[in-house]
Amino acid sequence: MAGPATDSGSSAESTYRSARIPLLVPTWVMIGVFLVLPVALMAVYSFLTKEMRGGVIWEFSLAAYDQFFVNRGLFGDEPASLEWTYINVFARSIAQAGIATVLCLLIGFPTAWFIATRPPETRGVWLFLITVPYWVNLLIRTVSLRFLIRENGPLNDALMGAGVISQPLALINTDFAVQLGLFYSYLPFMVLPVYAAVERYNFTWSEAAADLYASRWVVLREIVLPIVKPGIIAGCLLVFIPSLGAFLAPNLLGGAKSFMIGSLIDEQFKKSLGNWPFGAAVSMILMSLVLILLLLYARSTARQERP
Amino acid sequence: MTNAVEIRTVTKVFGTFTALHGVSLSIQDNEFFTLLGPSGCGKTTLLRMMAGFEEVTQGEILLFGQNIAALEPNQRPVNTVFQQYALFPHMSVIDNVAFGLKMKGWPLEKRRIRAGEMLEMVHLSDFANRAPAQLSGGQQQRVALARALAPQPKVLLLDEPLSALDLKLRQAMRMELKQLQSETGITFIFVTHDQEEALTMSNRIAVMSAGHVQQIGTPRDIYESPNNRFVADFIGETNLIEVEVEAVADGQAQVVLPGGHRITTSSAARDKGRHHLSIRPERVTLGSPGVGLQAVVEQVIYLGTDLQVLVRLEGGTAMQVRLQNAARITVPSPGDAVGLHLEEGAARLLSD
Amino acid sequence: MALRSVRHYPGFFSVALICLIILYAPLVVVMIYSFNASPSLTNWGGVSLRWYFDVFTGPEAPRFKAAAWNSLTIAILASTIATGIATAAALAMLRSGKFKGRSLTFALINLPLMVPEIVIAVATLIFFTMVGITTGYLTILIAHITFCIPFAYLPIAARLQGIDGSYEAAARDLYATRLQSFFLVLLPLLAPGVVSGFLLAFIISLDDFIITNFVKGAGMETLPTAIFGSVKQGIKPNIMAISTLMLAVSILFVTLSYLINRKGRKGP
Repeated sequence: MAGPATDSGSSAESTYRSARIPLLVPTWVMIGVFLVLPVALMAVYSFLTKEMRGGVIWEFSLAAYDQFFVNRGLFGDEPASLEWTYINVFARSIAQAGIATVLCLLIGFPTAWFIATRPPETRGVWLFLITVPYWVNLLIRTVSLRFLIRENGPLNDALMGAGVISQPLALINTDFAVQLGLFYSYLPFMVLPVYAAVERYNFTWSEAAADLYASRWVVLREIVLPIVKPGIIAGCLLVFIPSLGAFLAPNLLGGAKSFMIGSLIDEQFKKSLGNWPFGAAVSMILMSLVLILLLLYARSTARQERP
Repeated sequence: MTNAVEIRTVTKVFGTFTALHGVSLSIQDNEFFTLLGPSGCGKTTLLRMMAGFEEVTQGEILLFGQNIAALEPNQRPVNTVFQQYALFPHMSVIDNVAFGLKMKGWPLEKRRIRAGEMLEMVHLSDFANRAPAQLSGGQQQRVALARALAPQPKVLLLDEPLSALDLKLRQAMRMELKQLQSETGITFIFVTHDQEEALTMSNRIAVMSAGHVQQIGTPRDIYESPNNRFVADFIGETNLIEVEVEAVADGQAQVVLPGGHRITTSSAARDKGRHHLSIRPERVTLGSPGVGLQAVVEQVIYLGTDLQVLVRLEGGTAMQVRLQNAARITVPSPGDAVGLHLEEGAARLLSD
Repeated sequence: MALRSVRHYPGFFSVALICLIILYAPLVVVMIYSFNASPSLTNWGGVSLRWYFDVFTGPEAPRFKAAAWNSLTIAILASTIATGIATAAALAMLRSGKFKGRSLTFALINLPLMVPEIVIAVATLIFFTMVGITTGYLTILIAHITFCIPFAYLPIAARLQGIDGSYEAAARDLYATRLQSFFLVLLPLLAPGVVSGFLLAFIISLDDFIITNFVKGAGMETLPTAIFGSVKQGIKPNIMAISTLMLAVSILFVTLSYLINRKGRKGP
């Protein structure tokens, strides 16, 4: 990524000094007005009172957060206790995203390593093949997966035809289908950063370790993994974060039980059933989670860059 | 006594390129042995095969009598000092040094003590807890040495370890390496393209070029009695003159210089005909005309410790002569007629 | 036993193959079934193009045509505008010296990548509702421009970083005005980055479902929302035909971008 700490301060690097402000105004306006301001408004909305037919009444209220965290019984008259319904949705989403991330890592690391150790010509072809699916519409990919793994779909047909199974596998509408979908959606996001890290890895380190009596797998554990860790962490974040708020995979592949944060938020904005302040509050909580993760990541990389 | 390393007609092929053509050599125990040659001569490939990073295409490598072809690098009792040191960036200096011991299953306490001793030996005790990136090139180099020596390998392989250092440090490290070798008694196999490095440190040198060993011998042998043009030209400076050999016997030859002058010289060649004669420029002195080889001074270049004098022999052959810039010499001028005197060992007839 | 290089790990090749199979199996299967003559999803009835005709002439054709038109025009407009904005931003970020607020601007540019999509969707819907803009084509376009900016910015900035400032200095030295030196010297050198940025933004815009679904308003459809609507009732063969067509477009684009980048890398 083109980070901010890149200019060398030479005069050639400041050709556009006088035009700086006009050059930046469009960016500031677009992102400021159409992203930062909306997010701020969303924060405000989460503290407003809901209106029955969708929308809000401009009256301060903690009802949205109260609904999320506090259980007062069906009629609101029981003593307050912790509400588990929505926390469970978050926990399940975190678990689903976490499992998808682990799957991505298990397949993505060996793939990235394998690609990075090819000669340059074939390396390009492999990278190209890995990136193509990323460019294909996510909805179409998810629909395709749903088609492939459905009860009497091609996968079950093939497995039964080959005599591997006698009954079709019940894959579709399960948690596993969602994990598979998330894994399938974001696998390239794991391979690419890990590949970038392995490409920078100096294979002489492996030779030195092998020379000092470390076996192949010990080299992997003691030398390779610690050194390429930043790439692995970046890959994990790139898979985990979009998985956490994913909408398509749980919606198209999961069953009623695989309800995730994305669907929870989406429901709050459906025509008449909606509860906008609650939807805004859930969004705020999701965004805070993600930003905390990113901050932790930024801090850990900053620490590593210090000598 | 068995040799530390025995290389028997080893060939290495990469795809269509043959890096080594049936190389054979033996390295004795407790020897400082150098593989010397220009880049691409196969010296590093040979070293990497001893370490176990490259497979031997043909031939065999014995380590103290044992064939090591099938052993993985981690199963070989040899350690390597890498050209760019390859210190593990995520470990402290002391952890780097202790790594080999840890892999060999030494208990923590013992390996701490040993790594500490190794660091002391290379004068880096104060840097034990630094990260490798915080050290200078020379310090990193010494950590790499300590790391490779810590498990007490039977043979230490050094792959151009000094090439990344600046001149002053390089010269100091030569002495240190030589001393370490005699202190530890470990066989050192040193790869370099720097002939000065090879001459100052080695017990014996193998000069390599294009996948062949050209000559093996002590530094003195290699310098004073080169076998062929490549060795004579690669080690030190020399004048190569094509001559006619009239007679050759018992390592002595009678040759005719282009100007018709006849001299007797030690010879690596065994047959008559046209061969090359190597004349070391610092073994030639200038005298008065009429005595020795007749020549005319063309140019005098001042080099500080030396003077380089370019002369042209009677037959039209150009030659260079080195004079020590001592107080007593008379500096010749262009156009002077001089007589060249070849000192003992100045000339050697080469085999090709 | 043969010695293997330290780069070699047994099994990694198989995993890489599995990775490719997982990535491509669903796409290939859908592609094959889109040519199925049978209306049944399970039985193979021979090769036919009937579902492709169905896409263009069948009962759902008008809906898909309108949706495709919307998707295409929005993607072209959004990516063009986002590329312009991103190019200007990249010039200011990398060619105007150090300035206060540079890190903040950098964070701003990357913000759409850091905030979860569903959160952007919610926030944008709330914003348009509050300021009273009726959701529809325009709101989709605005949202798309916004989240396309970082995708356009990344390749452009990466390319700009690799172009030495001395080219423009040389042009200025040879009497070019600032505008001339930009259009005649810098822009041609920057072109591969700009094209990559445009293509990436285009695909991202075409790809978007969640945000569009929130801000599209009633009756307005893009291809992804139209497909999603259809799929909710079950996958029909004509959906597979549309998917295959979109797949073809994506692959065309990624190949284009790959070739342009490769050509660009040979440059300065």
